[in-house]
Amino acid sequence: MKAFDAEILLIEDNQDDLDLTLHALKRENLANNILIARDGEEALDFFFCRGNYAERNFDAPPRLVLLDLKLPKVNGIEVLQQVKSDPRTKSIPVVVLTSSKEELDLVRSYNLGANSYIQKPVNFTEFRQTVKHLGLYWLVVNQPAPQGACEPAGQEP
Amino acid sequence: MKNQNMSPAEVLLVDDNPADLDLARDLLIANEHPRQVSAVTDGEDAVAFLRREGRFTSAQRPDLIILDLNLPRKNGWQVLEEVKADPKLRSTPVVIFSTSEAPRDIGNCYRLGANSYVRKPGNLQDFMAVIQSIGQFWFQNACFPRREEQ
Repeated sequence: MKAFDAEILLIEDNQDDLDLTLHALKRENLANNILIARDGEEALDFFFCRGNYAERNFDAPPRLVLLDLKLPKVNGIEVLQQVKSDPRTKSIPVVVLTSSKEELDLVRSYNLGANSYIQKPVNFTEFRQTVKHLGLYWLVVNQPAPQGACEPAGQEP
Repeated sequence: MKNQNMSPAEVLLVDDNPADLDLARDLLIANEHPRQVSAVTDGEDAVAFLRREGRFTSAQRPDLIILDLNLPRKNGWQVLEEVKADPKLRSTPVVIFSTSEAPRDIGNCYRLGANSYVRKPGNLQDFMAVIQSIGQFWFQNACFPRREEQ
């Protein structure tokens, strides 16, 4: 399968949350091209065009990444740290979507460069509404970095 | 609708165009009821406000900064760079709100650590819709780090 040009990358290991998020995105017609990574290692392979994603190109970044923090193999904070400290991947919008209520996770995520942080609502209706709002904002209103913007550092204004 | 841990947000608007500033502030207040919308009109005042310096010693640290790029005295990129290089400020999300569509402008903002880039529309109806989307996403759904009281 050549799922290299995903519009949304969903990094989530919990099947219920995955189903709910996909369902909400489909209802809003925001789910044209979603790729799912079920652990942090697979997510990093995607970001850095390695392993199963070796044929992917850095010039075709997803418009939105939804990142859970509690992940098998490599946790979400580590994924965020690696993605946001590399000029090739830094500009990809990453929204943390987590059940964590820890202030430490929130502050650390923003400090590492998370574009936003959302606590998963426990209530089904609210969860759907949240996914709708975040999908509309990040896929329609937000302007992504231009392609080819992932150049080496040193081009500051 | 709001997440249980959320209190009304404090916002800092930075824009040198008084008409844009007033409209954005009125729309945010009308739609989302943030606790406070503060406004400054140039980049130096923005940094002074955030650091509570000069005439801003009693300023509230905002949860969200909405920042124009072409500003007098210190431009938006410089403000962004200072915010994201300051350990006390860097966790505060910054939404760039500018008329520029230049890929270079947008790319530079993300390189400097902007959390989001929203194009400022020229016509009133689109302007209203965009401000509403900003308010809806950030104030109804996103979580902000707790404000440290000083």
